Amino acid sequence: METVTENPSYKLELTSSPHIHSRWSTQYAMWLVVGALIPSVVSAVLFFGWYQLVIIGFSIGTALGTEALIKYIRKRKITISDGSGVITGLLLALILPPNFSLFGTVIGAVIAIGIGKEVFGGLGYNIFNPALAGRAFLQASFPVAMTTWTIPNFALDATTKATPLASMKFDQIHTSLSPFFWGNIGGSIGETSVLAVIIGGVFLIAIGVVNWRIPVSMILGMILFGGILWFVDPVKNPDPFFHIFAGGFLFGMFFMATDWVTSPITAKGMWIFGMGISLLVVLIRVYGGLPEGVMFSILFMNGFVPLINRFTQPKTFGAVK
Amino acid sequence: MFSLSKHKTFRGGVHPPEYKHPSKDKPFEIMPLPKRIIVPLSQHLGKPALSLVKKGSEVKTGSVIAEAQGVVSSPIHSPVTGKVTAVTTTVNTSGFPKESIIIEPSEIEEFDFLPTLNCETISAEEIIERVRLAGIVGQGGAAFPASVKLSPPKDKKIDYIILNGCECEPYLTRDYRYMLEQPEAVLAGLQLIMKATGVDKGIVGIEDNKPLAIESMKKAAKTFNNISVEAVETKYPQGAEKMLIKALNGREVPPGKLPLDSGIIVQNIGTAVSIYVAVVKGEPSITAALTITGNGIKESKNLIVRVGTPIDEVLNYCGGVTNDAIKVVVGGPMMGVSQYDFSAPVMKATSGILVLTKQEVAEKPETPCLRCGKCVEACPVNLIPTKLARYSQLGKIEEAEALDIRVCMECGTCAYTCPANIPLVQWIRLGKKKVMEKVK
Repeated sequence: METVTENPSYKLELTSSPHIHSRWSTQYAMWLVVGALIPSVVSAVLFFGWYQLVIIGFSIGTALGTEALIKYIRKRKITISDGSGVITGLLLALILPPNFSLFGTVIGAVIAIGIGKEVFGGLGYNIFNPALAGRAFLQASFPVAMTTWTIPNFALDATTKATPLASMKFDQIHTSLSPFFWGNIGGSIGETSVLAVIIGGVFLIAIGVVNWRIPVSMILGMILFGGILWFVDPVKNPDPFFHIFAGGFLFGMFFMATDWVTSPITAKGMWIFGMGISLLVVLIRVYGGLPEGVMFSILFMNGFVPLINRFTQPKTFGAVK
Repeated sequence: MFSLSKHKTFRGGVHPPEYKHPSKDKPFEIMPLPKRIIVPLSQHLGKPALSLVKKGSEVKTGSVIAEAQGVVSSPIHSPVTGKVTAVTTTVNTSGFPKESIIIEPSEIEEFDFLPTLNCETISAEEIIERVRLAGIVGQGGAAFPASVKLSPPKDKKIDYIILNGCECEPYLTRDYRYMLEQPEAVLAGLQLIMKATGVDKGIVGIEDNKPLAIESMKKAAKTFNNISVEAVETKYPQGAEKMLIKALNGREVPPGKLPLDSGIIVQNIGTAVSIYVAVVKGEPSITAALTITGNGIKESKNLIVRVGTPIDEVLNYCGGVTNDAIKVVVGGPMMGVSQYDFSAPVMKATSGILVLTKQEVAEKPETPCLRCGKCVEACPVNLIPTKLARYSQLGKIEEAEALDIRVCMECGTCAYTCPANIPLVQWIRLGKKKVMEKVK
């Protein structure tokens, strides 16, 4: 009989409790997000062609290369296998216009990882969503290329090259909601198909990567703020459901605003953050100079996250305040 | 996290894999006497007991070998008949060296129990006195002397006695077996507790992953109109006193206060059985019921062993350990203590011994905090574990104190759920210690 005390090769581990750990790890969560983006990649290929895969490949490759290089220069452990660089590269590609230049893609990915993430110290320390930071840089550097849209395959109306938001803003043309669902409309590579985005987003909520509070507060916020403007002037302003389905709102909601690192950690904070994004989106879309405002809204609210966390400290159990 | 359970609970918490199946269908088995008994003088919260014996003393099963020192203390009885071979310092399951009485059991056992009492005619004072003399301590983990808990200050009005049958720690099945095998003894113990405290409402709270236990207790409770059996959601740490009170009564016990400040006393299932046995059989606290399980033990069992039995003898009785066993834990996997010295003995409040394999304790690499908020969502007492751990790491003690670090009950929920695998509760534990030192 083998016993504990009689077995000399017996190596014991001594640690402080807890002795078991959940299924979660950084890597596991990151690869789940990558998986959740696959439907959007499929919709991109379907509506805008195979070439979008080349853009995605360049974006991811550059993101990982940049991260590895910076880690090497800083003499840190190279951690590109954690999946976070893949997410940044993939997200950046999916929010670029279809058939965007590869040169621009590479610049965007370098900025996303370099300035968006590594400058702050890498994963976990960045303030702004890296992919959005990269896109914001491209928007400022290549304003024309960033708003040149491609006619999607299976387009219902071959002349609708502009995005529905641009049509709404500049020509007062309201697009009906049904094409949004499938995604055969003008827009960024991976954002146009509401169906694909919802499949990925609901998966992330169900499996526990995404906290439901941010998407729910954003949708309620949009219904509230978009609804108020629609109620005031239904001719000029679109109804709130148009706001929800159009542009990058749902994509940004599920995959960008919910980014762990750049969103609040408290429950109340998540509500403020989500509501704040929706308010800004409506204001930019209706009153701003640009047709779309999801990117700037999320980046703007990212900047407030430390403050939001600070002022939304939950009440300690049993404490009387 | 959304919950599908229709039963009451608290906010937060986690649901680790239960892993109760290897031992839950094994009836209690009485383990034969060990070769050596090591009885620590400090098996309870409060002052250690004072030894009454010395090397060479002959002791009988049940005779007092150490007396309580002060009110918050507990006497200790000899778990066997035999001869004291030493009064010396040994490592106990807390990992610290403590003074202990070492006894060599003899073959013939002689009993020196307290006189038996009648459950029906006993008075409140007699119950409390018996619990004190029998050296009964709370078996939920803290080992608080039970007689102290049964004598709340006169100005506190107690409305409910809650019997804690949650057993929310994964792996452990001791309370479960008690509820299946001896529901009458459990409820008789609860009646004694209610009588001692003059409370006429008793609630047994059981997690809803134990339908057979709920059924067994409900059946036994039919004869009492002052006891209700209620299912609560299966979620860790549902068995923490304050969480169970919140689930059953909706009351929140304030930080730094005791349940009795909110009009409630919580006792563990095992404690109720011990109280019953001490009254009707006169048997002091000389045995411990425990679950021995985990993938690293040859055979999982629920055992009744004498207090003072070294854990290696218990493990050997269960067939020994497997080759891939890597950790031995006394208590549950969430709050138990890992062991390095297997001569450490089973104590009055020991609830289980786990032998875990490499897969079960899989270590994942630690990464920087991703600010996912999972620890905040899971913390049952609404703290921000990631911030507290960081403050503790940086030595920012005032900041940690301002964020209520002392309210943390060290349940480990945060560290369990952290995707970055940061030892959150471990850092917080250290921070708490520093805060306490500063307060002194």
